[in-house]
Amino acid sequence: MTIFIPTPLRSYVGGTDSISVDAATISEALKGLVQHHPELRRHLFTGEGNLRAFVNLYLNDEDVRYLPAKEATAVTSTDTLSIIPSIAGGD
Amino acid sequence: MATLTQPPALPELSTDDLARYSRHLILPEVGMQGQRKLKAAKVLCVGTGGLGSPLAFYLAAAGIGTLGLVDFDVVDASNLQRQIIHSTKDIGRKKLDSAAEKLLALNPALNVVKHETMLSSANALDILKDYDVVADGTDNFPTRYLVNDACVLLGKPNVYGSIFRFEGQASVFATEEGPCYRCLYPEPPPPGLVPSCAEGGVLGILPGLVGVIQATEVIKLILGNGQPLVGRLLLVDALNMRFRELKLRKNRECPVCGDHPTVTQLIDYDQFCGIVPETPQEKNVKNGIPQITVKELKQRLDAGQDVQLIDVREPYEYQIAQIGGKLIPQNDVPQRLAEIDRNREVVVHCKSGGRSQRIAEFLAQNGYPQVSNLAGGILAWSEEIDPKVQKY
Repeated sequence: MTIFIPTPLRSYVGGTDSISVDAATISEALKGLVQHHPELRRHLFTGEGNLRAFVNLYLNDEDVRYLPAKEATAVTSTDTLSIIPSIAGGD
Repeated sequence: MATLTQPPALPELSTDDLARYSRHLILPEVGMQGQRKLKAAKVLCVGTGGLGSPLAFYLAAAGIGTLGLVDFDVVDASNLQRQIIHSTKDIGRKKLDSAAEKLLALNPALNVVKHETMLSSANALDILKDYDVVADGTDNFPTRYLVNDACVLLGKPNVYGSIFRFEGQASVFATEEGPCYRCLYPEPPPPGLVPSCAEGGVLGILPGLVGVIQATEVIKLILGNGQPLVGRLLLVDALNMRFRELKLRKNRECPVCGDHPTVTQLIDYDQFCGIVPETPQEKNVKNGIPQITVKELKQRLDAGQDVQLIDVREPYEYQIAQIGGKLIPQNDVPQRLAEIDRNREVVVHCKSGGRSQRIAEFLAQNGYPQVSNLAGGILAWSEEIDPKVQKY
């Protein structure tokens, strides 16, 4: 599947805006992502390994929090996972 | 769809109005009735900066009757790359005065209401209550949550836009049927984790794109026509010129707009966002890192003291201005620790002191015994020590 990396996190993945990973579920995809890019871990997960509250994950256009199986949802190679952190700029 | 309560009688259009708005009047979706709704409407723009400039300009052009502006800042040269409502001659002038002048030049019939204040829990409800729609063009998390909560409490739609570097977001929050900002982001990120535009930079055109999307949504809400961005988050990626849309749901557990709200009045948003006011004592030591002023640093350098000055900005910033520090961009520091001598005192600096504080904390955690942070960074140096050092 393709994971879209938002601007604030691109510096931790070598500047790229998307990354392809082979995974069967959303949590596997995230695991693969932070394994390849360990610096991302602290930005996405708390010390206990939970996803941080201000980071939203979308499978295609659906919020993962509202999927019945949440992060255990099965994914295919054509699915996209978007990481949507909060941004506040406007001035 | 979201509709607004209309006043009992809509104002008539004048002869001047008929000429000015003729391209609206021949659109069936606007027409005479729609233009009269625009004339009756009161819209509040929070901020007259990057997003607020195009937003206020287009709303004034479109024939909005009353436009409230909230700002307390003055125009700076670094604003002009994107804040198109202000001109070079306005540098140093109040943004409110500069913006009001341009808006009235464009549309003399406009009623501009200036709110020269920082929106706060104490004044937000009082300011917002007189408006039909609120457009959020602020630049910080505490004000974003404040505007959202005030809009939910007052039942006013919140037309949201925000930007970072090449990326933007837009939505319409706080309508009766749709989600609010807190449904999307229940909690703000801890301070320091998400850089501001001043630290991270922003493509000057981007707030134009996003601000015009906000203006479009404001107009649609007033007309009661089209599909508003309620329950949808529009993502703008200017670098790849890609627009995407995500579904937003109203969170029944939302602390402000959910079934059992726990936030029923405005709170302390600085505290909510983890921003702790500095006490005089903390000013000198932050998170265990001594804060050195630019004057102290200058004195120590002049006295020939041994100070290892590390500049953790990016190479393109170094090209604009530097004060003799060794350049190790913040993300390279973990791999380049060998280049920083543990046996010498280290002073870390960046543009304004935020990134360097984090790196100073990182160095202290990695066993550096003497590390301090240059408070105010290179901007303070330019301000207080050497104006020849270019500000950016």
